[in-house]
Amino acid sequence: MYPTDFRYTKEHEWVKASGNSASVGITDYAQSELGDVVFVDLPKPGTKVAAGQSLGTIESVKAVSEIYSPVSGEVTEINSLLTSAPEKVNEDPHGAAWLIRLKLTNPAELDALLDATAYEKFIAEKDSGAPA
Amino acid sequence: MRYLPKSFSERQAMLAAIGAKSIDELFASIPTEYRLKEPLNLPGPLSEAEIISWFRTRAGNNSVGYTSFLGAGVYDHLRSVVTDTILQRGEFLTSYTPYQAEISQGTLQSIFEFQTLVCQLTGQEVANASMWDGSTATTEAVLMAERLTRRHRVLVARTLHPEHRQVLGTYARNLGLKIEEFAYSDSGQIDEAALTAAVDDETAAVVVQSPNFFGVLERIPAIADIAHSKQALLIVAVAEAVSIGIVRPPVEADIVAMETQSFGMAPSYGGPYAGVIATREQFVRQMPGRLAGQTTDIEGHRGFVLTLATREQHIRREKATSNICTNQALCALAATVHLCLLGKEGLRELALQNLAKARFTAAELAKVPGVRLPFSGPYFNEFVIELPRSVRIANDSLLREKIIGPLPLGPWYPEQTKRGLVCVTETMPRAEIERLAAALGRALALPI
Amino acid sequence: MNDKIKKARRHVSQNEGLIFEKSAPGKRGIELPPLDVPAVDPSAAFGAEFVRDSVFGFPEVSEVEVLRHFTRLSTWNYAIDLGMYPLGSCTMKYNPRVNEFVARLDGIATEHPFQPQTVSHGCLEIMRTLQNCLLEITGMDACTLQPSAGAQGELTGLLLIRAYLESKGDARRKILIPDSAHGTNPATAVIAGYEVENIRSDSNGQIDVEALKQEVQDDVAALMLTNPSTLGVFEPRIGEIADILHQRGALLYMDGANMNALAGVSRPGDFGVDVMHLNLHKTFSTPHGGGGPGAGPVLVKRILEPFLPVPVLVEKNGQPVLEVHRHTSIGRLRAFGSNFGVLVRALAYILAYGPGIRQATEDAVLNSNYIRKRLKDVYDLPYESTSIHEVVFSDARQKKNGVNTMDIAKRLIDYGFHPYTTAFPLIVPGALMIEPTESESKEECDLFVDAMRAIAEEAATNPDLVKTAPHSTRVSRLDEVAAARKPILRWKP
Repeated sequence: MYPTDFRYTKEHEWVKASGNSASVGITDYAQSELGDVVFVDLPKPGTKVAAGQSLGTIESVKAVSEIYSPVSGEVTEINSLLTSAPEKVNEDPHGAAWLIRLKLTNPAELDALLDATAYEKFIAEKDSGAPA
Repeated sequence: MRYLPKSFSERQAMLAAIGAKSIDELFASIPTEYRLKEPLNLPGPLSEAEIISWFRTRAGNNSVGYTSFLGAGVYDHLRSVVTDTILQRGEFLTSYTPYQAEISQGTLQSIFEFQTLVCQLTGQEVANASMWDGSTATTEAVLMAERLTRRHRVLVARTLHPEHRQVLGTYARNLGLKIEEFAYSDSGQIDEAALTAAVDDETAAVVVQSPNFFGVLERIPAIADIAHSKQALLIVAVAEAVSIGIVRPPVEADIVAMETQSFGMAPSYGGPYAGVIATREQFVRQMPGRLAGQTTDIEGHRGFVLTLATREQHIRREKATSNICTNQALCALAATVHLCLLGKEGLRELALQNLAKARFTAAELAKVPGVRLPFSGPYFNEFVIELPRSVRIANDSLLREKIIGPLPLGPWYPEQTKRGLVCVTETMPRAEIERLAAALGRALALPI
Repeated sequence: MNDKIKKARRHVSQNEGLIFEKSAPGKRGIELPPLDVPAVDPSAAFGAEFVRDSVFGFPEVSEVEVLRHFTRLSTWNYAIDLGMYPLGSCTMKYNPRVNEFVARLDGIATEHPFQPQTVSHGCLEIMRTLQNCLLEITGMDACTLQPSAGAQGELTGLLLIRAYLESKGDARRKILIPDSAHGTNPATAVIAGYEVENIRSDSNGQIDVEALKQEVQDDVAALMLTNPSTLGVFEPRIGEIADILHQRGALLYMDGANMNALAGVSRPGDFGVDVMHLNLHKTFSTPHGGGGPGAGPVLVKRILEPFLPVPVLVEKNGQPVLEVHRHTSIGRLRAFGSNFGVLVRALAYILAYGPGIRQATEDAVLNSNYIRKRLKDVYDLPYESTSIHEVVFSDARQKKNGVNTMDIAKRLIDYGFHPYTTAFPLIVPGALMIEPTESESKEECDLFVDAMRAIAEEAATNPDLVKTAPHSTRVSRLDEVAAARKPILRWKP
């Protein structure tokens, strides 16, 4: 279910790295928790972010969620499709609804993130109420 | 007690169902030392007739029988009994915030109509469902500009209502905003050269009022150019909304903060009124306050809902665009009904009558020896007069003749101690205007 | 019926469009008396650049169409005049009509806030009487009637705290707020220039006093507390909580939204509160009007009195007088003084009860406990602690069939009630927050209980019926997602 070439955070972001750049998005779990997404607010290209820092917000009808950058880097591209079609986040959170692309400043940070198996275990425990 | 629909035996039955022997048991979770042993010392209880009598007595101790020439942000305009008939309907008066849309379509559709009317009046693209009053609307507009520009310096005209400026100061102090005032010129309008010199790359917004506190119309397009030349936003406060019936609306403004009291709300010693914010569509997500949006239900019928609620305190909490929760819905409804009654032609005629009355008054007062009109700028239904002596002393004399005279400017503008603000609306009979002129003449003829 | 005919809709619901859709040129609803002074041409008076054309798209309708339009709209609303609103912490009580009458009297509705105080004695006396009543009810020392609503009252209170602490040398940085608090609390703290620190409730839904002792450091300005809490539970250790704060030089702010549990029975001033606000549109019966206006007076202990917003109502030679200048004041929170019309209504309410106001509180608490007792076997009660004037259930049992609190609320509409508060407080997942108020008769309470029990049964045996509710309203569930994705916020021709 969760792509094995992605890495994940406990805040339900995913990152897919290739060389020195990466794409970031939110996971299927996150989009189903949020409900129908109505608006996505992203930073401008050129913005520098540190791992754990807020990248912007995703709004549904009933909630607003911060998006935290899984890694440090500089934003090179944001997904303009989401301005006119925020519902893509619900429909294809791992593919067409990537949020930003980054130039990585510290690729080693990826190793500290969860792999697909660990993330699936994390959300399974969350749902069952067991300690994460 | 007539507001409590329970008999003694019903109370007993309910206590029995709960399994409590007395009502006091239900308060057992309050520590004894905090539970009152004696009834409170309060006036009453009064019957309905006694309540009416009590308030009638107080009402008799106010200004009934006086003719007032006060404006300065609160205007005595005609109100229709039809508006009050609607406001008194229980379904509007006693309903709650329309969070449950299916059973609040009356409120939601009327809010949608209010938002539309405000956009039509101001020439802006979106408007909210009301703020608390014009002064807090102006303050919220400034905070909105700060969020949009991420700048912290705000230039405020001295001709913005003094109480708006005080309110802004109270809020700004704790938010790291730098508020600076800029001067006005001999025309009574803002000094454009002073503003041009003051605007810089740190300016979030320029705030003006039109008609301004002196009643004078500001040159909005020119001011907008100055603000926009440094990418600052222009906020225009409108205190006398009737002016918009014939005065060109501030379309170049980025945010309009309007007080709608002139449309159907009684002065009521200060409130409640209804402020509103109107702005460009691109800024809507930074706009505070409730919004009613159009949508459809499952069967495709048009309906209305509160929308973009994620800006608000009940969802975003500490990240909300504002802390406002309760707004001024019923007052906004008064404005909506009133504006629909006035309609296109009525609004225009109302504004024309105000202009005519004010110009007539100015001409009559200018004939009184010693009185002059110091400002050359164009004015709507308020204007400043200058007397050869203290406005207060002249007013004392006028008060003895049951006239509430010009509002002295001295307390807010130390450079204008002999000047006062006169407001004349469509409700002022010609005979009273002539009486004011005569009484003022007598007041000024008195030995000092 | 032929659906193509525009008026073909069930009689009570009417196919009423927008007022702009009924416009036709030349119609008007108000005729003005003729002008008795010479007319003035605006172009000549201002110059052409200041003049507008008429307002494009503005309605043009007759008086009768306006009256019908809004009357029809009104019939689509639920209202207290029709029945119960069991909304938690909203205190939807009866809005007495004599209050409306006195607020409209000549000499009250007609007064201008800038008129000389010498011709405003009546207004000032109304304010003084109300102030004194509120001080007596709350056990506090001084009052401001200025704030326009609860949230503005909260801001006033926090600014007073800041001013006081500044006068002691350090405004401090943080406000502690329980996770059960109303959203206005943290939103307001930020506007007052403070950081928010959320503190968790304990397993009883109350303040964890031991944790609090650790939390209250020298950088904490105040704790904002609602008491009773949003669970309807009185903080049993409130005295201790106040002491902990005071020992560290911090203050206790009380959100007075739940004053309907306390009026005449207990006084916040007695249990250590330093500053609080009241919601006149809750406890004191002023009408909600579809969302406002309200008023949020703030009451303080003596130490905060010097900082009250101007104008301050004081006593001079036995007369109430507005003190317009006070150099220690936090300033002004709004123009023109106060929502005076709302104050008049609240005072009329208090005068109707006098010392008997305790009876209203007792009836409110009786209703709430009665409903709690009669529903606790069918709805999950997450906290066993005694609740006073409101009760919070959860949808845990109904969730097993996929029915949540929102669904139950929507189905309650079909039974003729307004929903309770859904999904708040946040500490109870799937909350059903119920406050009946004293205005409900035993009959209405029984009808409510019967409806809720019926819905619980439906959730078990016919969940789809509940999940697709309401079925009896003029519009069914509205598409909120579309409304938020592509907002349409005004009519366009």
